[in-house]
Amino acid sequence: MNILVCVSNVPDTTSKINFIDSDSKFDKNGVQFIINPNDEFGLTKAVWMKNSNNASVTVLTVGDSSAEAILRKCLAIGADKAVRIDCEAKDAFSVAKEIVLHCENIKYDIIICGRESIDYNGGLVPGLIAGYLDYNYITNCISLEIDSGKATCAREISGGTEFSECDLPLVIGAQKGLVEESDLIIPNMRGIMMARQKPLEVSKAQNINSKAIDNKFFKPEEKGEVKLVKSDELDKLIDLLENEAKVI
Amino acid sequence: MSVLVYSESENGKLKKSSFETASYGKALSEKLETNLICVSFNCSDSKLLVKYGADKIINIDNANLKEFNSKKHSHALSQIIEKEDVSLVILSSSADAKYLGGYLAGITDSAYVSNVVQLPESINPFIVRRSCFTNKAFSSTEIIGDLKIISISSNSFGLKENNGDGTLETINIKEIETSFKVSNIEKQSGKVTIADADIVVSAGRGLKGPENWHMIEELAEVLGAATACSKPVSDMGWRPHSEHVGQTGKPVSSNLYIAIGISGAIQHLAGINSSKIKVVINNDPDAPFFKAADYGIVGDAFEVIPKLISKLRARL
Repeated sequence: MNILVCVSNVPDTTSKINFIDSDSKFDKNGVQFIINPNDEFGLTKAVWMKNSNNASVTVLTVGDSSAEAILRKCLAIGADKAVRIDCEAKDAFSVAKEIVLHCENIKYDIIICGRESIDYNGGLVPGLIAGYLDYNYITNCISLEIDSGKATCAREISGGTEFSECDLPLVIGAQKGLVEESDLIIPNMRGIMMARQKPLEVSKAQNINSKAIDNKFFKPEEKGEVKLVKSDELDKLIDLLENEAKVI
Repeated sequence: MSVLVYSESENGKLKKSSFETASYGKALSEKLETNLICVSFNCSDSKLLVKYGADKIINIDNANLKEFNSKKHSHALSQIIEKEDVSLVILSSSADAKYLGGYLAGITDSAYVSNVVQLPESINPFIVRRSCFTNKAFSSTEIIGDLKIISISSNSFGLKENNGDGTLETINIKEIETSFKVSNIEKQSGKVTIADADIVVSAGRGLKGPENWHMIEELAEVLGAATACSKPVSDMGWRPHSEHVGQTGKPVSSNLYIAIGISGAIQHLAGINSSKIKVVINNDPDAPFFKAADYGIVGDAFEVIPKLISKLRARL
């Protein structure tokens, strides 16, 4: 079974968010980049499936050479092979289209993406890939088992869980719950050494035009001071919420 | 060149988000000088959308489309998009709507932007404001394509009544064949969900243990609120993952967010930033949450919350 895990190179969750070039570009200066957390849950699941389903795991990113550090980490975690499609990741559409073109040449049984990236939070890429390829698709996926070519999945829905079955090929939007935070694999020295021997292929991008262009970024307005209420004056708090904020 | 709104329903009744998407759709269709079509599936009260400005309501009546599936619903909607000459599709930000959006954009080869927070800044070129970096920033985003899809953030536009004289049409669309089959749905009945809630009561490690959550649930019940928690609390298994709000959990954009015993890590604040009013209750006056909140109480949750519950019970 062939699994493709698509990963995105994102700023660490504690990063300060600033912009440059008249607020048209994200300021990468001093920012630590990590594997998008939702993608890492998916990768961990894929690595488990190497044992449980005899799967071969390819990890792919669309990005410039600065994204290779996370690909090496994915290989150290346990992916067998890495592919970088060489271009600047501009918008979800062009990224998804590059992945679709890759998947038209190499067939995968399961394509795993994160539910959304923590930088642009669009949540578009897995759905776009599934739509273009006309594959089955589950996002917010919290459980996935494959048995004789059939997938049994669970999806987190508003207020509950939906359990479903479908045939492969399948596109997954992974999130926490598919594996737990404590299941994430921290690469050991052996893994890191082995990762150096594993193939990391750079393939040419098709230079797809974007459909969404960020013209300018803004930061939220500065908040005013917090209004403190004494812990023995709860009537005052209720009054403020009722009459000033008008939210209860 | 119509505007189409996908109007979500549950058990045959429209969801609250459908009135917000219709209100938004109406305002936008007026800007574009075109008509507003609302499309629902197996919904018995979709006529109510007239009150929010729908010029035409199409209810798709097909028992095989009862359970939501992005593929089946996308194919059904794409038929209507083509038939009605739709140039703009509006979705909510619910889990299902976001599940739908990407797939629908894929099969129709259209441009899709999610997390839109207000009416477009400009129509030609088509520029929207959307949140990004988990609400730590916003972007002015130009959308290019003959067919555009946007998801609007919940509670970002509100409800605007707009009496029209819309018509209701019930049609049957043949669903596409797929191997996808829902085997079971587990739902907690009678509980307000984080996505739908106007008020969210959230608690963190300051609560000391899962056995103390009864007071959080009681406070939520008095306020008609949903319950939520911080990341450490869900990681320790005190509460289910579905309650985890923050950067890697669920986003919250409620009208009121009450944080109890949550220090306010940057990742947590990012996830709840788009909530309108934030109240923090924490015994540590230096907790970062006080910098992000509108109202705060420095005090012991175990003393404050029971008192707050009884005062609210007496007043509401």
